[in-house]
Amino acid sequence: MKYIDGFRNHLAARSITKDIHKLAAELSLKSLEARIMEVCGSHTMSIARYGIRQILPENVRLISGPGCPVCVTDAAYIDAAISLTERDIHIATFGDMLKVPGSSRTLADARGAGGQVHVCYSPLDAVRLAKENPETEIVFLGIGFETTVPPVISIVKRAMTESLKNISILTAFKLVPPALEALAEDKDVAVNGFLLPAHVSAIIGVDVYRGFVHKYRIPSVIAGFEPLDILLGIKGLLEQLEGSRAELVNQYARVVKKQGNRIALNLIHELLQPADASWRGIGTIPRSGLTLREEFSDFDASKKFSISTEGGEPDMRCRCGDVLRGIIFPDECPLFNKECTPLFPVGPCMVSSEGSCAAYYKYSR
Amino acid sequence: MNDIKRILLGHGGGGKLSRDLIDSEIVTRFGTDGPLVGLPDGARLQIGEETLVFSTDSFVVSPLEFPGGDIGKLAVHGTVNDVSVSGAVPMWLSLALIIEEGLEMSVLQRILDSIKEAAEEIGVQVVTGDTKVVAHGQCDRLFINTAGIGRKIPGLNTGVDRIKQGDVLITSGTLGDHGMAIMAARENLTLNNELHSDTGSVHRLVAAAARWADGVKFMRDPTRGGIAAVLGEIVENSSFGIVLKEETIPYNPDARAVAEVLGIDLMHVACEGRMLLICAPDIAGSIIETWRGLPEGAGAGIIGEVTDDRGRVILETLIGGRRMVDIPQGELLPRIC
Repeated sequence: MKYIDGFRNHLAARSITKDIHKLAAELSLKSLEARIMEVCGSHTMSIARYGIRQILPENVRLISGPGCPVCVTDAAYIDAAISLTERDIHIATFGDMLKVPGSSRTLADARGAGGQVHVCYSPLDAVRLAKENPETEIVFLGIGFETTVPPVISIVKRAMTESLKNISILTAFKLVPPALEALAEDKDVAVNGFLLPAHVSAIIGVDVYRGFVHKYRIPSVIAGFEPLDILLGIKGLLEQLEGSRAELVNQYARVVKKQGNRIALNLIHELLQPADASWRGIGTIPRSGLTLREEFSDFDASKKFSISTEGGEPDMRCRCGDVLRGIIFPDECPLFNKECTPLFPVGPCMVSSEGSCAAYYKYSR
Repeated sequence: MNDIKRILLGHGGGGKLSRDLIDSEIVTRFGTDGPLVGLPDGARLQIGEETLVFSTDSFVVSPLEFPGGDIGKLAVHGTVNDVSVSGAVPMWLSLALIIEEGLEMSVLQRILDSIKEAAEEIGVQVVTGDTKVVAHGQCDRLFINTAGIGRKIPGLNTGVDRIKQGDVLITSGTLGDHGMAIMAARENLTLNNELHSDTGSVHRLVAAAARWADGVKFMRDPTRGGIAAVLGEIVENSSFGIVLKEETIPYNPDARAVAEVLGIDLMHVACEGRMLLICAPDIAGSIIETWRGLPEGAGAGIIGEVTDDRGRVILETLIGGRRMVDIPQGELLPRIC
């Protein structure tokens, strides 16, 4: 805990906050507003948990981005998973997925109706399930960004070593850099600074962002998840805005290395290939997903069971898409804290503990 | 979408779902008049000149034995604590066992010994009981129900309606140890030091506070749902709010480590031997000093204050921000008590 506590030190926080106010005052003289998007859901939670929004100057706004993998999962994907439970196929998944609404139902509803849905803490739990139940088909829900992908696809490696034929993955993996590009291209998204994810960057490294920062000239800082990391990240972005610079800075150098995590990246490259992916509320982003390569198609649930994860219909009144792109704040959605609450979520941003709406609901209503 | 057709695990989590279930199904049938009104920890029953406090609790924890305790200790402490925080001296307990076919006799013996030891230490007597055995698979090894009767301490009249702006909130020690110890045991998380459950009795803490009975406004042992659930419940429909200072809230470093790994807010996590007390500010120092003289109160301190921000529990965070503390929603940790 010593390692964590250092990054929650209140004296240091006060001093950085003072610097932030000073920089913001200078921006304000130039009638500039900092609109910073935190791309990652863990940042969103940490910002809410420590009340960071409340200690920032008025002209520094934090906007939550699409960085919660559960939140950007398409309704069609949930529908596909539910349809598998109706064919006596067992679903294994991280718990957050249970309450995500599909077109009309959730996996929790499917479980209530007799479908077999197992909540796992680790992808290896799914391997164990497959071993213990050789007659049963187990499908693991492959949701996540670059951080979660390697442990999930290690299922394939493990299944090959142990000659397991009854386990597969329904992939809906997402990649952060293509989403950043899509946000930067989107005219409705008015952001002039990116707080880049911590753990995703630990996998993909620093260099992958260079082209993006150079092309769109948006100040970008890779920041850790502790409150001081976030405050330092914000300060770094304000310094760039104040100096009219647009650079890539790695504030989280104690974890994120230039080249990322080679072992994880090699595993991804070995088993997966880029593919277009559908993001809930945003639409299809070219080459922003990953699917299993042809030679591993025995482990690809969508091929093995011939199901499609395209074409679902979420509740049209839900404005998660606008929330994910930072166009509105969660409490500006007409369903927020009315029909849509963490107990009865309408949209995915309210489901996951990392979702923007859930964070807003929990900490700042 | 809000129409729930079946009982969910979250209905037993001690959070909002639990409250909704009790309010809509129990209170409407049994709690419209009499001692159940307002859902106190224990019913106050007047018999002639004497007031008795009566309470019950069931225990379904898994695993049955965990670092720092077992289901037997928990069954004694849980009920004794409910009776105690209702302002009474616990006297008698009932003990009902529901045993799954196949439970090892040695386990049952250990747990019964543990019940005997805990009861003797507190000075409560097990005076009635029941034993049922169900077929394999119809319960998980052993479930226990206890009920307890205590004698009301004269003059110690606590209640949410007595809380006023300016009162202070005291904890008797570190928060969340029990829930995190169970979780660590269940998930096989290895730590530098073994994290122990805080299961214990608060009866001596209550007796100590009773010396300043006039100024003691509220007492509660924060079990399922943690302090967030207790505080959320007392500010609801009240004319006051509560502000907590994060830097003053005591947590065990190992409990914090487990909570970090699992992404859990310790304010939502159960204790089984801690006490929250709200009192007038002038007696807070005396209560804390007396508590600190007892092993179960060694970590006592002020963690917050009653404000005029009605209906809200606010946390002043370590770095100087402010945020709302919400009542936990549904299921947090399965079967911790």
